[in-house]
Formats: sequence, structure tokens, C-alpha cells
Amino acid sequence: MSDENQIDEATGVETTGHTWDGIRELNNPLPRWWLWTFYATIVWGIGYTIAFPAWPLISGATAGVMGYSTRGEVATQIAEHEAENATLVASLNSADLPTLAPGDDLHRYAVARGRSVFSAQCSQCHGSGAAGAKGYPNLLDNDWLWGGDIENISLTIAHGVRNETDDDARYSEMPAFGEILEDEEIVAVVEYVVSLSSTEHDAGLAGQGAEIYADNCAACHGDTALGDYEQGAPNLADAIWLYGGDRATLEETVRYSRYGVMPAWGQRLSDEDVRAVSVYVHSLGGGE
Amino acid sequence: MTTTPPSLYAAREPIFPRRVTGFFRRFKWGIMIFTLGIYYLTPWIRWDRGPNLPDQAVLVDIASRRFYFFWIEIWPHEFYFVAGLLIMAGLGLFLFTSALGRVWCGYACPQTVWTDLFILVERWIEGDRNARLRLHRGKWDIRKWRLRVTKWAVWLLIGLATGGAWVFYFADAPTLLTNLVTLSAHPVAYITIAILTLTTFVFGGFMREQVCIYMCPWPRIQAAMVDVDTITIGYRGWRGEPRKHSEAVKTGEPMGDCIDCMACVNVCPMGIDIRDGQQMECITCGLCIDACDDIMAKIGKPRGLVDYLSLADEPAEAAGAPAKPIWRHVLRPRTILYTAMWSLIGLGLVYALFIRTDIELTVSPERNPTFVMQSDGSIRNIYDVRLRNKTGEAREFHLSLTSDEVLRIELEGQQGQLVVDVPADRTVLQRVYVTARPQDPAASMDSVDLRLWVEDIATGERASRDTSFNGKSE
Repeated sequence: MSDENQIDEATGVETTGHTWDGIRELNNPLPRWWLWTFYATIVWGIGYTIAFPAWPLISGATAGVMGYSTRGEVATQIAEHEAENATLVASLNSADLPTLAPGDDLHRYAVARGRSVFSAQCSQCHGSGAAGAKGYPNLLDNDWLWGGDIENISLTIAHGVRNETDDDARYSEMPAFGEILEDEEIVAVVEYVVSLSSTEHDAGLAGQGAEIYADNCAACHGDTALGDYEQGAPNLADAIWLYGGDRATLEETVRYSRYGVMPAWGQRLSDEDVRAVSVYVHSLGGGE
Repeated sequence: MTTTPPSLYAAREPIFPRRVTGFFRRFKWGIMIFTLGIYYLTPWIRWDRGPNLPDQAVLVDIASRRFYFFWIEIWPHEFYFVAGLLIMAGLGLFLFTSALGRVWCGYACPQTVWTDLFILVERWIEGDRNARLRLHRGKWDIRKWRLRVTKWAVWLLIGLATGGAWVFYFADAPTLLTNLVTLSAHPVAYITIAILTLTTFVFGGFMREQVCIYMCPWPRIQAAMVDVDTITIGYRGWRGEPRKHSEAVKTGEPMGDCIDCMACVNVCPMGIDIRDGQQMECITCGLCIDACDDIMAKIGKPRGLVDYLSLADEPAEAAGAPAKPIWRHVLRPRTILYTAMWSLIGLGLVYALFIRTDIELTVSPERNPTFVMQSDGSIRNIYDVRLRNKTGEAREFHLSLTSDEVLRIELEGQQGQLVVDVPADRTVLQRVYVTARPQDPAASMDSVDLRLWVEDIATGERASRDTSFNGKSE
């Protein structure tokens, strides 16, 4: 493989001493244009590390004389973007939300802005498609706990539900009836609740449950079990169950109660974001 | 002892093509006027499309993502028309190359056309071949400076017009011209013009044949597409040799028709001698044919010593075969196949153009979640429907559905109405709800086919899309 360096006769160039199958490698210099480009990149590199943030230090890095940073650039872009939308944001903040007409520029802007806020802040619990999950309401249907008109949606988002950080949070608490009712009574009242939305039930048992319901549950859920927005009491006569509508789950709900909590987003989001996400949720199909 | 290896570098030999007259030269002038005319004038053709749309006949509107071509308006989702045209252009090039060799290079390529124009300017200002040769070799005196600067100035003006014409395809030409002149146009317009001015100036004025020989990949690709029947430029050596000045003639052999006048070499814009046979530099422009025919006429010999021939012709004729007419070379399975493919795609595009409607819809069913249960137990599916109004006036669209099962349709935010207003030349996104009541079979079926219809209330024009409805499968 390796031979001594020699002078190649045909070209007069020194060889590197590397030989493959009798073919010797010439030690020609690099092309000049290549070499100068290489030097130029070195000079450029030095200049670059002076001009821009480059050398890592113990805490942080050299700042560079141009004062550039990628975070600063993002901040500038966000500021530009917000300046562009300033008039839309101002009209969104002063708009009477129920009167926003779909198809208007402002409505479209609110829905688009709301969608991105929803994806970032709400989708973790309510799902990216807003279909919810067990214990987290589906926002696409027409069943609401605290009211589905745009102002109620907005209030719920701004103050949250049963949280301890906002005095205006939606608040109600269902008692754990396991401590109040006998086991047979719980079975009976569950059968009654099942009978409200299903034809497959034990009519006798449900009849007993009806009395227990009237005495213990009707105060919040209503005589006809249609629920009450004022207290966040779910409608028990419809087809939608937040935690599940089978007898075992309902027994669990009656016995131990439920206590769903939602943060007060008014403390974390700007007014326009709360309003935008309200318009978005209202536009998903169940808005009243 | 060392010897210097042969250098791999060859300096450019300047070329000074002589003026030539004849059939192919006239044909080339005609093509030049035609192609440059199309290029420079097209943006100025007006086409009335009503108040809401631009009135420029050919316009690439990048900001609104539209391509206007006379009565045709291409939306981004119809880009396959442009792709189809590109495929046709490619196949057309294959067809012409297999049949007629480098006819594109010789007549229609922008590099050829602009170089031809630049040489024309050069000849007007500096004179014909001999005068230019003298000027080239002469000292840089006042006259040379004056001629050179005049020539460069005219070239720059042509370059400016070329770059200028280009940007007019992308914006309303009269408005943009006003803006350009008053220095209020977008910087991109100026940068584009500057780049194109410079490339036109350098490519047409100084690089010329080097672009074809060293930069362009097309001659290499073409070399793989020609065969023995392809028409190229050939020299009838059997007729021309031995030349007047050759050794053979001096020894008393009978003289060929070629009198070695170098006319074919002097007119060649690529600087080659076609009598050496086909070579990569030749763009088959036919100017050597004109030059030779002229000489043959003067010495009383038949034309066609240099001629458009296939590679098979010269040896065949030398062996005594009669000259084969061009069309018998051109008509062969390969060219017929290319023509058939080219026409098929063309017919397909024309057909697609005729079945286009002015209204369109696309439907994307919401799949997250696939269905929503309402409080009464009914099942609702959500569809994002995009309604396209491709006319220049606002329209009202009525939405409806047809299906074998009972389904109801509602529109988000339209207060029970099934009508959507779509502004001129716009797409509107409408959220559509389709619902099956609990007692409807569709509510508990896996999937139900349905067709969404959109109808222009004023004209009755309709379009539809098929989609499916997901029930709560058991």
C-alpha cells in the first residue's frame, strides 16, 4: 500500500506514497480557488462568532456585537403579528359576542384564534377534536352543564369550575349519597335514573327509586331530571353521560359523588383569548 | 527528466458569424419575430373578466394564487393542467428530437433566439464578419470604444426589455410599468429585472455558444434520443470530396463539388466545420446550408452539398442509393408513438377543461370524533365543506343531500337556512351537520353513503360530492 514518496516522471509531481494496484497517488496541491474559498470560510467564521451569539460560556454564551438572538427575533415577529391584528383584537374585546355573525371577518378571526388557543390550552382535557373524555365534557354536543350560550361558555372559561383560585368559579357540590342512603335505596334510585332514558329497566324497582329521587335528588336535578344550569346539575333524562350511564358507574356516582374541576382561564389568558375560545367552542355545533 | 502534461484547458476561440441569406435564414428570422413577439407583447393583451377579476389575458397572480390564460382560470387545486402542459412540452421535445434532431436548439431555444438578436445588433453596429474581426484585433482606440459601448448599451436595453417583460406576467402590466417608472414598484420586481437583464446581457452577448456547449444539459440528453433516421445536418462527402485545396486534387484526382470556400464555417454561430461530420456543438440551425447553397448556385452546381440529412443518408447515397425524402425518415413507429402519446394527453386536458364547472365543493368529514351523540340520542356527523365560486360575481349556493337512508342536513351559523353566500372568485368554508334521529336506521349503522349537493340558486348549476355518514355501530 504505502511506498516511499517519489517524484512522478510523467508530471514531475511528488507522490504521496500511496499505491493501489500500481497506481500511485500524486501529491498535487489543492486547487487555488478551493483553497481561497476555504480560507474565506475561516475568516467568515471568525467574523460570524464575533457578530453573532456563538461561544458557550459557563452560564450562557457570548452575545455577539450585533445584538441578535433567535428569541428576540421571535418576540419581534410576535409583536409585528399582534400589531397587525390590533384592530381586530380591539373590536373583539368590545364586541357583543352573541351578535357576532358567522362569516364576518371578526367571527372568522375569533374562531381561528380560538382554535389555536384551544389546541394549546384546552385539548389536554377536552381532546383535540373537543370530543371530551370520561369526566371531561364533550363540547360538540348540545348538552351543557353550566349553559351553552356564548355568555355562559365565556363565564365558565374565564372563572372555571370548582377551583379554589377564583371566587367567581362555577360552584356546586353533590353530596356523597353513600353516607345518606341505604344500599338498596341507591340501587333503586339508579334504576329510576336508568328508566328515564332507557326502555330496558325494572319498572317496579324504578318506581321505588322515583320516591327516593324526589326526596333527595330533585332539588338540584329537577322534578323531571332535566338538570339545572344554575347549579351545574346534569340532565339525567338525556342520552349523554359524562362519567358513563351503566348501572355500576351510576351507583359509583351516587355513592361517592363527582367533583370535576376546571381552572379559571381568565387568570392565565388575555381577555381576547377567552373571548376567542368562547366563540370557537360555541361554533363547534352545540352552541345555544 | 520531467515532461509537462497536456493542458486540459482550452481558451474560447471568438466566433464572428458572417451574414447569410437563404431559406433557413428567413425561416429563422420569422421564428425570432414570432417568439419574441409572443414574449414581449403577451402581457399587454387585455381580456375582460368583469369587475372583480383582473383584465390581463395572461397573468400569474401569485398573491391570490390564480393563473389566468385568456378564458381559462386555473386555481391551485387544478395545477395538474400546468403539469399536463409540461408533460406535453416534454413529449413534444422528444418527438421533435427523435424526428428532427436539435431543431429546438437551432430555432426556438431562448438562448439561440437572443444570441441571434444580439449578433444582429453587433452586425449593425460593428459591421460584418471581416470588420468585426479587424475591430477585435485592433487597438482600443476611440472608434473601438465608441462601437463597443454603443453595442453594449443596445444589448443592455434589450436585456432590460427582456427582464422587464418577464415581471409583467406576474402583475397588471400597465400598473406595474407606471410603478417601475415612478420607482414605486416592489423591490422584488427590480431585483428580478436586474438579474434577467444581466443574464440576458452576459448569456447573449458574451457566453453565447458556450452556454450550449458547457452549461446546457439538453445536448447530452438529445444525444441519447437521436437514431440513424433523425434529421441532422450532414455533408454529402461523396459529392464534395476531394476538396479543391486538398492533396488529392493536386495529384490530379477528379475534383469534388466542395471548393473549400469556408462559407459554411464562417456563418456558423457555433464555430464548427460541419464537413467534419455531426458533432455535439451543432445546433442544426441550417445557416451553413444557406451559405453552401448560395455558393453552389454561383458555381452552377446543384444545391444540397450541405443539407438536412439523416445519419444513414450519407453512406447510403455514397453507395449509390437515391436520396430519401425527409418525410420517410420522419414517419416511423417511434415518432408516431410520441405523437399518439402527446395527442392523448392533449385530448385528456381539453376534455378535463370542458367538464370543469364554475362551482365546486370539496367535503372533508370530521374524523375526530367520527360522530357526536346529541342529548336526544340522535347521531350527528360533522363535515367541513369548501364551496368554490369560480365566477366573477357573488353567488348564493343551496346545499342539500341525497341518501338511501333518512338523514337531515343543517349548516353551522346559518339559522336553519341551507343557503351560503360565496363572494366572487372565493372559497368559503362551511361546517355542515348531518343528523340521524335515534329511530332512523342510519343512527345505528356502521356507515351510510350520502351525496352532498351544491346548487347555484340563480342559474341552477349543480355539483356534488360523495361522502359517508358514521352511525353508532353496535
